[in-house]
Amino acid sequence: MSDTTDGQVLTTQDGKPLKAALRRALRREKLRAFLLIAPLLIFVLVTFVAPIVDMLFRSVENGIVADTLPNTVIELSKWDPASGEVPDEVVFAALYNDMVVAVDQKTHTRLGSRLNYEQSGISSLFRKTGRRIKRMDEDGPFKDQFIGADKKWGDVATWQVLQQFSPRYTDGYFLNAFDAKRGPDGIEMKPDDQQIYMFLFGRTLFLSIVITLSCLLLGYPIAFLLAALPLRTSNLLMILVLLPFWTSLLVRTSAWKVLLQQQGVINDFLVWTRLIDDAGRLVMINNQTGTIIAMTHILLPFMILPLYSVMKTISPSYVRAAKSLGANDWTAFWRVYFPQSVPGIGAGAVLVFILSIGYYITPELVGGTSGIFISNRIAYHISSSLNWGLAASLGTLLLVAVLVLFVVYDKIVGIDNVKLG
Amino acid sequence: MANIRGAAVKYDSVQKSYDGESLVVKNLNLDIPPGEFLTMLGPSGSGKTTCLMMLAGFEPATHGEIYLNDRPINNVPPHKRGIGMVFQNYALFPHMSVAENLAFPLQVRNVSKAEQAEKVQRALDMVELGAFGNRRPAQLSGGQQQRVAVARALVFDPELVLMDEPLGALDKQLREQMQYEIKHIHENLGVTVVYVTHDQTEALTMSDRVAVFNDGVIQQLSTPDDLYEDPQNSFVAQFIGENNKLSGKVVGIDGEECLVELDDGTQLKADKVNVSAVGDRTTLSLRPERVEFDTNDSMDNLVNGRIEELIYLGDHIRVRMNVAGNDEFIVKVRNRGERRKLHVGETVQVGWAFNDCKALDAVA
Repeated sequence: MSDTTDGQVLTTQDGKPLKAALRRALRREKLRAFLLIAPLLIFVLVTFVAPIVDMLFRSVENGIVADTLPNTVIELSKWDPASGEVPDEVVFAALYNDMVVAVDQKTHTRLGSRLNYEQSGISSLFRKTGRRIKRMDEDGPFKDQFIGADKKWGDVATWQVLQQFSPRYTDGYFLNAFDAKRGPDGIEMKPDDQQIYMFLFGRTLFLSIVITLSCLLLGYPIAFLLAALPLRTSNLLMILVLLPFWTSLLVRTSAWKVLLQQQGVINDFLVWTRLIDDAGRLVMINNQTGTIIAMTHILLPFMILPLYSVMKTISPSYVRAAKSLGANDWTAFWRVYFPQSVPGIGAGAVLVFILSIGYYITPELVGGTSGIFISNRIAYHISSSLNWGLAASLGTLLLVAVLVLFVVYDKIVGIDNVKLG
Repeated sequence: MANIRGAAVKYDSVQKSYDGESLVVKNLNLDIPPGEFLTMLGPSGSGKTTCLMMLAGFEPATHGEIYLNDRPINNVPPHKRGIGMVFQNYALFPHMSVAENLAFPLQVRNVSKAEQAEKVQRALDMVELGAFGNRRPAQLSGGQQQRVAVARALVFDPELVLMDEPLGALDKQLREQMQYEIKHIHENLGVTVVYVTHDQTEALTMSDRVAVFNDGVIQQLSTPDDLYEDPQNSFVAQFIGENNKLSGKVVGIDGEECLVELDDGTQLKADKVNVSAVGDRTTLSLRPERVEFDTNDSMDNLVNGRIEELIYLGDHIRVRMNVAGNDEFIVKVRNRGERRKLHVGETVQVGWAFNDCKALDAVA
């Protein structure tokens, strides 16, 4: 029934539209609900959403050139980078004026290290020029003085970089994240030996899929057993499943180090039983194997719990019905039980996959060089190389990748087919 | 029953224990002839569902043997028994359409696609759901789901169909309608049906014979009218239909008739059913509709009682009386339209024939 049957709006006794009256009646309820969540909402906005948006914004933000060298940027915009010649005296004069101010405020070194991401050597160029700027003749001509201070100022490539990064917003970080760069002829891929991020993204996706699958293979039978057992027994087993949650992540990962290393417990045992000889000790850690084993162990409960809660709702009478209709054990499971447990598989797989794609600590500790994830590279750029722009663009890509996978999953399986209980 | 194609079932001294300490089913012997509709009736925990599950193969018998068409089936797994089953909550597979649900038993039997389609359609038509094949079970009403469950249990032409309280989830009106439908399907197909319920009306409506279970033992196995008219013990008398209890002591026996003295001294003539000797304690069982207010001197038993309460129920009036010290004595008076005036507080004479009053075993 619609409220506008025959084109008439339903009204209350005193002639006000019914919908408006309903809205007013519900307003207090809504306000109350909003006030209840308001503290959390504000907390999340201030401490989580805002910093993340700010961080993501750094992936395109590039005001430093225009802020440090404002006049130079204006004059340089008239220069044709394809001409093959160094800019003329006007640009150098602007550069001198800008540098005097920058050296005074000590901002030129920051600009140098920023541009050093794009072309190595620029950092030292700016530091060196900064030291020499006071000795330059204020009346010019500046071009020769600058080239005299450092030959790089006579290099067209330096100016190309400077001009390329003059705009306040740049796609440079994202190009870098895609292993590409902007050459004289437009966007091109970096040389093969410098390509790393796409490969790391690929490995992260591949390992996350492997981890998700091994969690599913190990977790499904356990969840099945838990759901089939009487409550008392299954509660006890459930505690065992949750036991890892009570131990520090670091402790668990370190335990795997002790177990898996070449002089570790498992190798020692295998050598002792003569299954392998001393020279043939297995390499199970500081590589992909280590990452897969340790992360499967750590993420397993996230697979078991949604599986269990879905399986718990599947009445045993379905399997009985299938058997009474003539299906053997396997057919009854595969045709009747398994399809009903798919929502649990979906929920568990999405959970494990998304957790593992952004996992950081475990790959860092047991992954060696061949088992690290993209998140380890992001952490490196955040804390070691301090290239936050690149870290932010890599993070954005990771976020987009997860969202795309979510949409794909929704298209194939259907997001409403995910059940946590 | 035009075409009997049902299977014969035989329980031979079957016992069942879950914990090794107590028996849920105590020495069950039961013969079910082909084509019979047999109901296992009893309160919860009486062992009736366990008996059914042992027949279906979901519970192993602790002792004894079950035969299907003279073939012992204790070691036959459920899926090879070829028994159709309707479950309490239907157990329709929620991820399959109605037609797929019905095709499932045919698929696992490798029936050809064309034959599958034909049989599915025939089964759906039988339960008058021919147009619902593409729906999901969740899109059907409770009654429709129930019919699909029945159709699915029958679509692969089993000789025996088990039903485990299949109508428990339906409302009263639908339940009555389904009772008739299941009864008619049974009559048309001639399969053997073993039906479990705790609802005596259901049992009486549908069954050829009813086995009344209590405490792991069949208390009585009879046709519905026998159960009602001639209960063999107090449990059956109380479980089937409404019943007035009067306890007393046997003071005289004369052939099929016995004389019972109630605790307040009233002497009544009763049908000797489950008492053996003078001096036995006994419980008299008397159906409320057999008690008459229009008494005459030729009646076997005449007693005075005080009317405590009158409940008007349309087709009859329930009168609660105090008779011989029992103030839960119920009399049902048919509403004949003559508006005989009964008043609360009045003392009136009631009477009944001796063979409507059964002398059964004493209950505490």
